This record gives sequence, C-alpha cells and structure tokens, in this order.
Amino acid sequence: MNAEWRWDFAIEILPQMLLATLNTILAAGIGYAIAAIVGLLFLLGQRTPIKIVNIINREIVEFIRSTPLLIQLFFVYFVLPQFGITLSAWVCGMITIGLHFGTYLSEVYRGALEGVPKTQWEACRALNFSTFYTYRKIVLPQAFPIAIPGMGNYLVGIFKDTPLLSTIGVAELFHAATAVGGYHYRYLEPYTIVGIIFLMLSIPAAIWIRKIEKNVNLAQGKIKKEQL
Amino acid sequence: MSYFAFLTEHGPTMLLGTVTTIKVLICATILYVIISLIFGLMRLSKNPIIQGTATVYIEFFRGTSLLVQLFWFYYVLPFFGLTLEAFTAGVVAIGMNFGAYGAEIVRGGVLAVPKGQWEGAFALNFTPAKRMRKIIIPQIFPIILPPAANLTVELLKATALVALVTVVDLTFEAKQINSITWLSAQCFGTALLIYYIISRFFLVPFLRWLEVLAARKVGKEVK
Repeated sequence: MNAEWRWDFAIEILPQMLLATLNTILAAGIGYAIAAIVGLLFLLGQRTPIKIVNIINREIVEFIRSTPLLIQLFFVYFVLPQFGITLSAWVCGMITIGLHFGTYLSEVYRGALEGVPKTQWEACRALNFSTFYTYRKIVLPQAFPIAIPGMGNYLVGIFKDTPLLSTIGVAELFHAATAVGGYHYRYLEPYTIVGIIFLMLSIPAAIWIRKIEKNVNLAQGKIKKEQL
Repeated sequence: MSYFAFLTEHGPTMLLGTVTTIKVLICATILYVIISLIFGLMRLSKNPIIQGTATVYIEFFRGTSLLVQLFWFYYVLPFFGLTLEAFTAGVVAIGMNFGAYGAEIVRGGVLAVPKGQWEGAFALNFTPAKRMRKIIIPQIFPIILPPAANLTVELLKATALVALVTVVDLTFEAKQINSITWLSAQCFGTALLIYYIISRFFLVPFLRWLEVLAARKVGKEVK
C-alpha cells in the first residue's frame, strides 16, 4: 500500500461525504432534542416527593450512565424485534442516544436548579408567589445560564458519538467513509476527511457555546463588560 | 432456552471477553494518566512552542470522535508503514483521546492550588522544578481525582469501541454470540450487566478509595 495522499480521489469522494455530513448533523440534532426532553423527565422523577420513584429513577440513571452506548444501541436494535417491535435503525439510534444523553442532561438540569440560591426561593415564598410563577419568573431564568455550559458540552458530545450509529447501519458520515473506503480499498482519504469535517464542525461549535455562555452571563449581570 | 442454560453455555466465553475488556481498561488508564500529566503541565508552560503543541494536541483529540481516531489508528496508519495490532491500536487511541480530556483536568487542578502555596515555595527559594514536584503536584491529586474518576468511568464505557477494530473483548463476544444464537436480549443484556457490575462495584469504589487516600495525604477529610 502506498502512503500517498491522492487529491483526485479525495475530491472525487468529497461531495458524497459532505452529503453524509448532513445526516450526521440531523442525527445529532434529533438526538439532542430527544435527550433534552428525556432529561426533563428524569429530572421530574428525581424531584417528585415520592421516595420509591426517586430510588427507581436514580438506579435507572445510574445503570444507563455506566454502560456503553454501543451495547445499548445493539440492545435496542436487536432486542426490540424479539418482542415484535421492529423499528428502523434511525429510530433505534435516536431513541438510544436520547435515553443515554438524557441521563447526563438531567444531571446538568439538577445542578443548575441547585445552583440557584435558596434565598431566592424564600423570597418568592415571602412574596406569596405560586410555585409555577416562582419557576417561570425567578428560578428558571437564573438556572438557565448555569445549565448552558453543560448543555452545550453534551451537544458536542452527542455530535461526536454519532459515528456509533454506523454500527447499526445509519447512513451517516462515518458509515459513508467506511463504505467508500471498502469499495476502493483506500481508507486514508475517507477517514482523514471524516476527521477534518468533525474538527471543522466541533471546534467552532465549542467556541460558539463559550460565546453564548458569556453573553448570557453578561445579560444576567453576573460579569461586567470590563471583565471580558 | 432458559437464561440459566444460556449462561452455562456462553458465560465462560463472555468472561474471557471481560478479561480482555479489563486489560484494555488498565492499559488505557495508565496511558491516559501519563499523557494527561505531561500535556496538562505542557499546557501551562510559558514557552509558546511547548504550550502550542499541547493546545493543538488537546483540541485535535477532543474535537474529533473517538471512533474516528480508533479507525484512523487501525486502518490508516498501515498506509504509513506503521501497522499496529488491534489491541495496541485500541489502547493507544483510547489513551490518547482520554489523555486530551485529562490534560484539561490536570491544568485546572494546577491552577486551583492556592496562590499562597506558590508564593511560599517562591519565598523559600525553590527552583521551579522542585516547586512543581514537591509542593504543587502532590496537592493537585485531591482536586483532580473526582473529575478524573468520572473520566475513568467514561473510559470503561469507551473500551467497548475496541470491539469494532476486532479486539475480542466483551462487546465483541456478545456480538458473536448474538449472531450465532440470535438470543439478543440474553447476550446484550448480560454484557450490559457485566459492564454495570465492573463500574458500580469495582471501578467506582476503587476510585473513591483513591480519592480518600489522596485527600488524607494532604491532611483533608473527604465526606
């Protein structure tokens, strides 16, 4: 095998790879949306005043968090048909990613809610605000900036875990690279292009998240303009 | 086929795979700890070349997916005449990837050492190397161990990926058994359970014990 980088080959496969990148972004977006909602459900389970719900919730979260996403993917993809539920690879992948990262996001939400000082709650109580009003007007606006860095990190995290979806046959970027590489028996260009595309998407995303974090903190008056 | 019969027939194979998984876990952990310490300290260097090298390394490995790096090490490096065995490629890819994350933890830990300690070492006329070795580094461990413990649990989960470059680990065995028997619930369920048991009853208590040990060394008490 020769180690030469072939530009003609790289350019030939580039359109195909860019097209598959759209699938990757779509998968990350849908997965994140599901994870954000699942995270809220886990948070709800954690904050209900019923003890048994809390315990079950914590065990489920603990179990999902300490087992590999890859096997969870296989589990959902191969086991559900045994019970007569046949879902496409896309749906399975999205469900699994949503569940897996939902557990992480619930921790982010929890940390953010606990980061709001207790005196804020007490003040609302003193002013006779309803619980709903307290959440909407006082607690959530303050919890949100605390949650942003964590939420942003997991968006990038989901994006970087989408290549796992290729193992159950979702046609995303990595899947396309493997297919092209296998067809031409040249893996150098496809896998390198995949790496470059990932870098080009995830580094700007990280910078963008840092910027939003700063803006939100500015708007909240947590830091002053001179500190930037 | 009952679950018990499944376990007696395929259990030993899965346990063999588990041994490989633990081997990958240990090797990759050693590698990532060394890399994090080196690059974390390099990142704090005042020399722009050293600092730049560390920054590029960290951004590169954190910016791309572990799976892509793994495949790159296994399938692309042979193009450059460097053929790695699957096990080595897996350990190196995981170690280097997590080393990048660990380096950021080390950097944060060094910066979190109270300023008085730096000034004290300076006042006693320690050389920079001695100051680092004798004063600062021993104190970073209680700070970095809690986040490093989380990272190590993530690493255990990441070892499942080496199955995709043909390392015969727990995930690989589970997949093999699944393709022979099609008892998916049993074999993937067992694999999930084994990972859970390793993490919950072995890895996490061990890391917790290290945390207590490190805190005691600098005279702190862990709740």
